[in-house]
Amino acid sequence: MKIWKYGDNVDTDMLFPGKYVYTCSKPEEIKPHLLEDLDLSFSKNVKEGDIIIAGKNFGCGSSREQPVVGLKTVGIKAVVAVSFARIFYRSAVNQGLLLIECPEAVKAYSEEDEVELDASAGKITVGGKIFSFPKLPKEIIAIVDAGGLLEYTRSKLKNKSKK
Amino acid sequence: MGMTFAEKLLAKYAGLKSVVPGQIVTVHPDHLLAHDNASAIIEKIKPELNQYGIYSKSLPVIVLDHVIPASSEKIAANHKAVREFVKNFKIENFFDIGFGVCHQIVVEKGLALPGKLILGSDSHTTSYGAIGAFASGIDRTEAAALLLTGETWLKVPNSIKIVLKGKLKPGVYAKDVILHIIGDISSSGADYCSVEFHGDVDQFSVDDRFTIANMGVEMGAKNAVFFVDDVTKKYLKSIGVSKSAYDSIYPDENASYSKELEYDLSKIVPVVSCPHTVDNVKPVTEVAGLEIQQCLLGTCTNGRLSDLKVAADILKGKKISANVRLLVLPASKDVLEKALEAGIIETLVKAGGIILPPGCGPCLGAHQGILAPGERCLSTSNRNFKGRMGCKDAELYLASPATVAASALYGKITDPRDVMK
Repeated sequence: MKIWKYGDNVDTDMLFPGKYVYTCSKPEEIKPHLLEDLDLSFSKNVKEGDIIIAGKNFGCGSSREQPVVGLKTVGIKAVVAVSFARIFYRSAVNQGLLLIECPEAVKAYSEEDEVELDASAGKITVGGKIFSFPKLPKEIIAIVDAGGLLEYTRSKLKNKSKK
Repeated sequence: MGMTFAEKLLAKYAGLKSVVPGQIVTVHPDHLLAHDNASAIIEKIKPELNQYGIYSKSLPVIVLDHVIPASSEKIAANHKAVREFVKNFKIENFFDIGFGVCHQIVVEKGLALPGKLILGSDSHTTSYGAIGAFASGIDRTEAAALLLTGETWLKVPNSIKIVLKGKLKPGVYAKDVILHIIGDISSSGADYCSVEFHGDVDQFSVDDRFTIANMGVEMGAKNAVFFVDDVTKKYLKSIGVSKSAYDSIYPDENASYSKELEYDLSKIVPVVSCPHTVDNVKPVTEVAGLEIQQCLLGTCTNGRLSDLKVAADILKGKKISANVRLLVLPASKDVLEKALEAGIIETLVKAGGIILPPGCGPCLGAHQGILAPGERCLSTSNRNFKGRMGCKDAELYLASPATVAASALYGKITDPRDVMK
């Protein structure tokens, strides 16, 4: 498992350049351009289960969802950041991508540190130190547990039409 | 305890007497905005659309504006899919290419009104706070779910009160005000928050308020709002909206804010947002003289009649530098028509400007006016992220229409006050 470390204000153009937004929407089209203007090595080397650790305001900017869909597609286990931009956070809920807002864990991390994540317990271990993060509200857990907002909506529609 | 604007509006839409920050409520927005991304949105839910249909044909507002006219076969096919969807599902509010930027259209056509709740699959949906609506950006997946069900959840935000006091000096505009504020509180300074503008705001036209609310998202805001006053009422009357069509919501005097900020407008100077974050704001005097190769005047941030007029007043009877390309992007067909009638377009073209069709144009780097490595662009748009105009090795600076026009004259960043004397 690799840790990808980035700084503050990683914006949506760095995560997925605007020039591809209206031509690449499917997961397989998104992957090669993921983080293209930030880190060319990312899409080539990222592996399932990797974690991103970043500074404040991660995902700021556009409402494009390719960054979240892309990170989910390549198997990023979680993004741990000092803070997240609002639309990005919401989008992550919709795709079932785990975001952890934990400034202390970000601060504690230094290169080569072992990172362990226990999402259900709300705990992250960085270089031997344990940090806890709050659970999501129940309304949001329902969406994540359903496998994302579209699956959640599909089951809601199905139940409604049964009645 | 009194309630803020966001609390009052969300309580109304949740059917509750009161709400508190952090509370999650279920709401049915009045409208859902989509643009070129409507093709990707409907693609996600094709079987469900066929089985269940859409929640309401009056909910969606679809405007083709991002890559217009189509720049490739793929984009053309996307536009075609949107037109077919509109026809099949009898969507009431559809605006094909050429009408203008979606945000301008939503306000201009009276679809966003005071006291309404609008969600849009575009981050600059915050713009409609200019006329007292609660408006916020969402992603494509959520737009797809809304098309089917008409409902979603919202977390009641904390609110920030920004009091604007005093009067702007000549050469300083709404764009300088919002860039100054973002420079002060940072790109994340209003994350998740509802921003309310109070104070001496009657000096700001609806065009000015649009510029400020549009950039609310650049400080992380969920929505950014100006309350209904005579300026709003006069504007709404001018576009044919009657008073009975809207609900003016005001915060209580004893409402509770997570932050209160005050700015003395008389002390704000023309500023420029420098690469590659919007909050990297400097007085224009600090970057004056920097050579530029492209200027962009327009977009949903500054493409209205008053913006084009400020630039035309500076450029009248003059020629821009031979080293600069001045791209002019009116926010809508309506703006373009009015600018034609007022002689503004003639002035801009004679000065060397290139008129682009009303839409998003070069702002997002998907087509038109893409920069080359090493080039610098001064733009009235809202974002200067690395790669934003299609090239990661180019530099983007943001400023007011006056600063952009003055700079186009000399081919370098120029203090507009120097040419307005």
